Amino acid sequence: MAYQHIIDKDRCKGCGLCIAVCPKNVLEISPDVNAKGYYPVFQARPEDCIHCTMCCIMCPDVAITITETEEASA
Amino acid sequence: MAKVLMKGNEAIGEAAIRAGCLNYFAYPITPQSEVAEYLVRRMPEVGGVFLQGESEVAVGYMIFGAAGAGERVFTTSSSPGISLMSEAISYIAAAQCPAVFVNIMRGGPGLGGILPSQADYLQATKGIGHGDCRLLVMAPASVQEAVEMVMNAFPLAEKYRNPVMILGDGLIGQMMEPVAFPDHLKSEPTNKDAWATNGMDHRKSKSRNLVKSLFLDPVQLNDNNLQLKAKYERMRAETVMSESYNTDGDYTGLIVSYGTMSRVCRTAIDMLKAEGIEVGMLRPQTLFPFPEKALADAVSKPSCTHVLSIEMSMGQMVEDVDRFVRGLLPVSWYGKCGGDIPTPEEVIDVVKERFA
Amino acid sequence: MGKTFKKPEALSDAHTHYCPGCTHGVIHRLVAETIDELGIRGRTVGIAPVGCAVLAYNYLNCDFQEAAHGRAPAMATGIKRVRPDLMVFTYQGDGDLASIGMGEIIHAANRGEKFTTIFVNNAIYGMTGGQMAPTTMPGQRTSTSPLGRNVEEVGMPIKVAELLAALQTPAYITRQTVIKPKYINKAKKAIKQAFTYQLENRCFSLVEVVSTCPTNWGMTPVEAVDWTEKTLLAYYQPGDYKIPA
Repeated sequence: MAYQHIIDKDRCKGCGLCIAVCPKNVLEISPDVNAKGYYPVFQARPEDCIHCTMCCIMCPDVAITITETEEASA
Repeated sequence: MAKVLMKGNEAIGEAAIRAGCLNYFAYPITPQSEVAEYLVRRMPEVGGVFLQGESEVAVGYMIFGAAGAGERVFTTSSSPGISLMSEAISYIAAAQCPAVFVNIMRGGPGLGGILPSQADYLQATKGIGHGDCRLLVMAPASVQEAVEMVMNAFPLAEKYRNPVMILGDGLIGQMMEPVAFPDHLKSEPTNKDAWATNGMDHRKSKSRNLVKSLFLDPVQLNDNNLQLKAKYERMRAETVMSESYNTDGDYTGLIVSYGTMSRVCRTAIDMLKAEGIEVGMLRPQTLFPFPEKALADAVSKPSCTHVLSIEMSMGQMVEDVDRFVRGLLPVSWYGKCGGDIPTPEEVIDVVKERFA
Repeated sequence: MGKTFKKPEALSDAHTHYCPGCTHGVIHRLVAETIDELGIRGRTVGIAPVGCAVLAYNYLNCDFQEAAHGRAPAMATGIKRVRPDLMVFTYQGDGDLASIGMGEIIHAANRGEKFTTIFVNNAIYGMTGGQMAPTTMPGQRTSTSPLGRNVEEVGMPIKVAELLAALQTPAYITRQTVIKPKYINKAKKAIKQAFTYQLENRCFSLVEVVSTCPTNWGMTPVEAVDWTEKTLLAYYQPGDYKIPA
């Protein structure tokens, strides 16, 4: 079973709370500003992500979702 | 139709039930606490809701919540209590919800007194709450008329989706008079699925409803106020009511008076007639909208030389009378507001002093 | 190994107006998840306060009414009394509930009104720009306590959960927080428990949720979480303060 970690970069306000709670230090603030003028978060080290949903639970803007994909992602 | 001798306050409570309103929230205040004491027993008999709130402020918002959920609801209070409900009335008008408020007026301002008065005229017709909102205001002169006005208030509130007020002076609440509850005045509540928060399942809808009055966008707020204004214009065209007395023939002066005060004036007019002095009277039944046309007609009588507004206040309706007479004739006021009612003899003396 | 996570159905797609790091958004999600999981959206009516969360109805997809400042519990009483089948909840801030609306919440709780209140305590007035609230901490600087709350002058912050728990009418009164995932999961259980008590027509339920206000506290979102943990939670201790017998 493979999981996909998706950050809706235009919904994110770059508050950084997800970065603080990520147990694997996967997330960082992006240097590219989003449509609202915030610097959203992105997965700097996606390979370290264990899909534990800590960031999803913490996000006040529900900007992070994790979905299940059928085939194992290469 | 069988008549029952009833105290005004109790008749008002029964009238709401007979009209099809089974939800009552209130707070005790003299001179109208008997409505609650009556309905606390009656509502359970008809499967209705009775709740005494912790303050008139809270009661005003219980009314708003219930009205917003699409249920018929009403409350009764008296002058200071109505002041506490005024913010809620503004919200209810802004959110365009139907609700009925009965004010059995007592002497003011401040704690004032507990005896009858008509000193909330301006509050009810001009300044019930902040913002561009108005109340449809009806003023009964008898317990029977109070019953009928209360029963009519519910369909009127629903027709205009606006709060409606019955403005009774203390006597209306405290007097006992024979009353009947006309069956034809019972009405079915209108369907409120278009706007009420009565539950999406209840109205089998996928879209939710929102009862609110915040419009941060100035254009939207202006539009909402224009909608309210249009309703108030419709009220002026469709709901104005008044009664005339002794105005068929000539009269040297016109009394304008409402509620129980008008009955005292009626007696004075009869006594003056016996002395050969003819005085006419216009009795507004709706205070908003004010019967401008009826007043204009009554003062156009060539024989009429003076207009006298007699009210149990320091002169409030007189401002509207003066405005609508538009300088055609001298307008003056007479009244007392401590709670003792001007007598027919006092009215006669004033009439003779002013224009007869 | 891993888990999925998605936005609850009862939460709209609208981007919220809340400041970055403001935990109103987390609380909205927990309420929305509860509404989804209990399958009650079709008969739920929310009541928005006056405050930052006045626009909660833009983010929660169910019938909503917008209360005057502090009066949501009275409106909820009105709705619940005439339509006891509806699931009614108020969502209020500390200025709304503990200041102007204190009379309403105490009497609604004391009457045992069968609705649920989500009380967001962030120790400050947010919408109006950071004034002192009844819950502002001793020494906490706000725009109306610029030298810090002076308890000799304006008294101590009010502990609402403990205050309401002292009433004799059965109720579910709990205090939670949402500043970290472990707390958020407990807050979710408490919110679901509160709505369940309403579903069972059991008792009045109130969940006080200690929350952050980075903008008006003058902190970054992460600093606000730390300050909450060290200072707020020491005074506003999470826990169940009243459980119906």
